[in-house]
Amino acid sequence: MLNWSNFAAQLFNGLATGALLALISVGLTIIYGTLGVLNLAHGALFMLGGYAGFVAFQATHSFLLALLAGAGFVMLAGLLIEWVVVRHFYARPAEDQILVTFGIGIVLVELVRAAFGSLAQTMPPPAWAAGVTSLGFLIYPTYRLLVMGIVAASLLALYLVLYRTRIGMVVRAGIEDAGMVSILGIDVQRVFLLVFGIGAMAAGFAGVVNAPIVSIMPDVGDNILVECFVVVVIGGVGSFPGAVAGGLIAGEIMSLTAMFDPSYSAVMLFAAMTLVLALRPQGLFGVAGRE
Amino acid sequence: MDEHHRNDTDGMSRRAVLGGLAGGLLLPTFAAAEDAPIGTYPAGATGDSVFVGITVPLTGAYAAQGQDVRKGFELAVEHLNTGNELIRKLSPLTKRGVLGKTVSFGVADSEAKPNTAIQAQSRFITQNKAIMIAGSVSSAVAVALNKLAQREKVIYLPGISGSNDTTGKDCVRYGFRTCFYGYTAAAALAPVLAREIGHNKKVAYLTPDYTFGHTVQQSVEAFTKGFGWTTATNQVAPLGAPDFSTFLLNIANSGADIFVDIGFGADAVNSVKQAKQFGILDKMKLVVPYNTPFLAQQVGAQLMQGVYASSDFWWTYSEQNEIARMFVAAFEEKYHYKPEFGADDGYLQFAFWADAVERAGTFYPPAVIKAYEAEVRRPSTVGEVYFRAADHQLVRPIFVLRGKAPAAMKGPDDYYDIVELTPGASVMQPPTLFGCKLGPYT
Repeated sequence: MLNWSNFAAQLFNGLATGALLALISVGLTIIYGTLGVLNLAHGALFMLGGYAGFVAFQATHSFLLALLAGAGFVMLAGLLIEWVVVRHFYARPAEDQILVTFGIGIVLVELVRAAFGSLAQTMPPPAWAAGVTSLGFLIYPTYRLLVMGIVAASLLALYLVLYRTRIGMVVRAGIEDAGMVSILGIDVQRVFLLVFGIGAMAAGFAGVVNAPIVSIMPDVGDNILVECFVVVVIGGVGSFPGAVAGGLIAGEIMSLTAMFDPSYSAVMLFAAMTLVLALRPQGLFGVAGRE
Repeated sequence: MDEHHRNDTDGMSRRAVLGGLAGGLLLPTFAAAEDAPIGTYPAGATGDSVFVGITVPLTGAYAAQGQDVRKGFELAVEHLNTGNELIRKLSPLTKRGVLGKTVSFGVADSEAKPNTAIQAQSRFITQNKAIMIAGSVSSAVAVALNKLAQREKVIYLPGISGSNDTTGKDCVRYGFRTCFYGYTAAAALAPVLAREIGHNKKVAYLTPDYTFGHTVQQSVEAFTKGFGWTTATNQVAPLGAPDFSTFLLNIANSGADIFVDIGFGADAVNSVKQAKQFGILDKMKLVVPYNTPFLAQQVGAQLMQGVYASSDFWWTYSEQNEIARMFVAAFEEKYHYKPEFGADDGYLQFAFWADAVERAGTFYPPAVIKAYEAEVRRPSTVGEVYFRAADHQLVRPIFVLRGKAPAAMKGPDDYYDIVELTPGASVMQPPTLFGCKLGPYT
């Protein structure tokens, strides 16, 4: 439906959905950039965060505690996964890494399904953010506005950690050249463990933030994973600003296409990815030649 | 056509006579000797048991409904193998098993994807010599398995499939459907909508982008047109989209009075919840033309109160119908929840299959199909029903439901009032309307 009010509404909505995509994609891109592992369990970790948050919410009825529990639980799960499985695959071919993380994802999803069943679980937004807010040009769910704020704040926090702290410097150095970092006497293995934990935490955190918007189900991460890959490819694999920009671009493409014909939303998203790959294979913010 | 029918009856009565003379155990040997091998027959019917291949979505957006269908199938198999009193009301010739043979089965996850379902059922057919294959929640799967069944000459019974095409343009000789579909859903619902909500309304549709969504949308549009309802917008969304915000914004800005949500499974749950978030349910009346099992449980009675929905079954019908009461009791005892319509269709499918095989006196597929096509009336969990010979669709009543207010619920599962039980024959299209051509028996 093409009119100015709908255009403004979709433009704004693209920003909101893009922000959430950016948050999930950041975890994926940090892990890939540093460890060189394409973590196909990322969607499952996102799902796990939703369930951990849901359980915490049931027990405490506090949205804030649910956020902390979701992020914390999935970080622990991430550390465990890296420690038990993934670290043994750094030296192995990429296809082995893809298969093992894919397998981990299936195990997580089916464990959750066995425990909670396939029916959707509901986690309401905080009571003060439950209604709609009128922005003049559109009426928008208050919680989705809150999500934009949460995402902006957490991305800023992540940025500060990565770009303004010593550990962040080591991580970024690891992205550029893990071998050199190791030669400089830094325990790369510990850094890798930490990075995997942080990446998983970002997914878990996003899972809780997303929970009041969509229903919590065992399969909730499947579609998200595909969209995140598109985001990471568009933004540039391993690039933090790339994931943020890619997320926003993907959100806008899907929203604005839906204004003309919703059935072409996904098509346009993949067309954009194809275009980026053809013209700038390293992605918008990627560095050519980096693994 | 006439001659065709006469032949059918001749075949039937001859077998009935043979059956009377030879008795249940000897008969399959007779049949096997006279009927040429076809599909998995006689290979799949020579031992003490027959194998049935089941594919339902156990993962993805339709997983919860797939589980419900699966449980209906499984309860029916258990009842067949033990000669339970309930299943013998639907299949009066049943004693124990089917033609004295134990029914065994395998279950595979279709993921609601046609290719996955085809692969799994092809395995069941070639490796297990499945004598019958069953299951679906997505009509895309049902249509694909229809084609497989016709090609392989193995009888196929969909679980849930709401598209007009399944027994319409994509109907096959080897497929039989019990559940309702877009046309019957809309035909039953439209008069109630006009009476309760009014005439001359503007409608916004949310339509899943495949055969089910498109045909249901067309049917609702066609049936409400007579009451002056017009389409403000039709938002077509992919199956399994987690976020419907872009579509819902278009709907919010469409100026519609009515929001018709055709989304199914998790899509229905997400789209209804998100429609509430976007304030749509506060300014538009929600209508669900093809109800999703477990929808009210998942979105809550608060959102569903006053919502009109077409359905195949609702458990409170057991207060009016003895067979429904027995089914709900048996199901609840085994699975600890009230059966949804997926389970009901699963149970009906297997019971009527057993009935057709028993009446045919053989597993020989053309004979079983002709037994189905004899249009024998049977009592069921939804009242008296029969399969229409011309398109293999069960002629069955449609439930029109209205969501109860939370305060009016008598128990935790008491989500709907049954507003109307529309007789099946009154809402069926002529068999030729959607271009059904059943194809050959052999």
